[in-house]
Amino acid sequence: MQYKVLIVDDSKLARMVMASAFRRVRPDWTLVESANADEALAVVSEGAVDIALVDFNMPGIDGLELVSNIRKTHPGMPVAVVSANVQNEIIGRAREMNAGFIPKPLTDEALAAFLSGATLRLKKQTS
Amino acid sequence: MTEDAAALTEIEQDALAEIANMGVSRAASNLRQMVGEQVLLSVPAVKIVTREAASKLVERNNANKLVAVQQSFEGPFAGRALLIFPEAQSLELVRSIIGDQHSLEDVIDLEQEALAETGNIILNGCLATIANVLHRTMRMSLPSIIRGDGAALFEVDGPESGGQFVLFLYIDFNIKKRDVHGFIALLMDLPSIAALKMIVNDFINGIEKQSSDHVG
Repeated sequence: MQYKVLIVDDSKLARMVMASAFRRVRPDWTLVESANADEALAVVSEGAVDIALVDFNMPGIDGLELVSNIRKTHPGMPVAVVSANVQNEIIGRAREMNAGFIPKPLTDEALAAFLSGATLRLKKQTS
Repeated sequence: MTEDAAALTEIEQDALAEIANMGVSRAASNLRQMVGEQVLLSVPAVKIVTREAASKLVERNNANKLVAVQQSFEGPFAGRALLIFPEAQSLELVRSIIGDQHSLEDVIDLEQEALAETGNIILNGCLATIANVLHRTMRMSLPSIIRGDGAALFEVDGPESGGQFVLFLYIDFNIKKRDVHGFIALLMDLPSIAALKMIVNDFINGIEKQSSDHVG
């Protein structure tokens, strides 16, 4: 099964790193990129994506606020916060919203592990 | 407040250097992962100095043309974290992160982006680890890039005068194969140092309690 994944990060470099990791771990999946939370919310509300990966530290709406907004309309969508801000509090707040946490620098292993879990969840929802 | 009131005892300095070491080690491991090569670190130094003296310390053997990625932090104490290196090495650092396959034009195009994101990952790793070790929460600003000499980086001529004392905590890093070297520095204002002293003492008491629990 191929899924469509939304990547939200204000840094172009961070999006490049993420896209290159995807080419290695899930080469046939489709990526949609957003540079900020407003763009991301528009994409999510169109129902165009299955999974979202969200940077925490962004200008305007931060990643946790964005996840909380996504949760209002998409309570079951697999979502992860991706950040170098590995403070226990940030990770805890992500977990409370039923979101994963992937530390930066991004590794293929951490990304693949999250995506495997996400795939399982999506399969369960459709079955 | 006089400088004496805020001066740190020897054990506080040791504890602070150790906490900084944990933060900076995380930062170095992040940097190492990003460049895929070994990163050497010096022993962290903790000093109470004027902004001006701090600015001279980072200029040391470097040309006075420096680049820094900086993030402010706030919480139980406040200050700025900086990743500093000579401007001449900026492109080499970026190249080591985005990979050698990119052309010089690409590297130049991506320089600002790459510096900001690299700084973000390294400084966040450092500050988040320190916050976790101290069981506190810190808010970090978005990264910004400053170019100039030490005085420009540390705002010696800014609203707070260059003669003002700050807590200056720094460590040298060196990417062995790339001939890229620089500093990770934390700069904290004096009112924050008083708060920091309390938190560091909680940390020290926690360790003493742990060791007495083990004995008992």
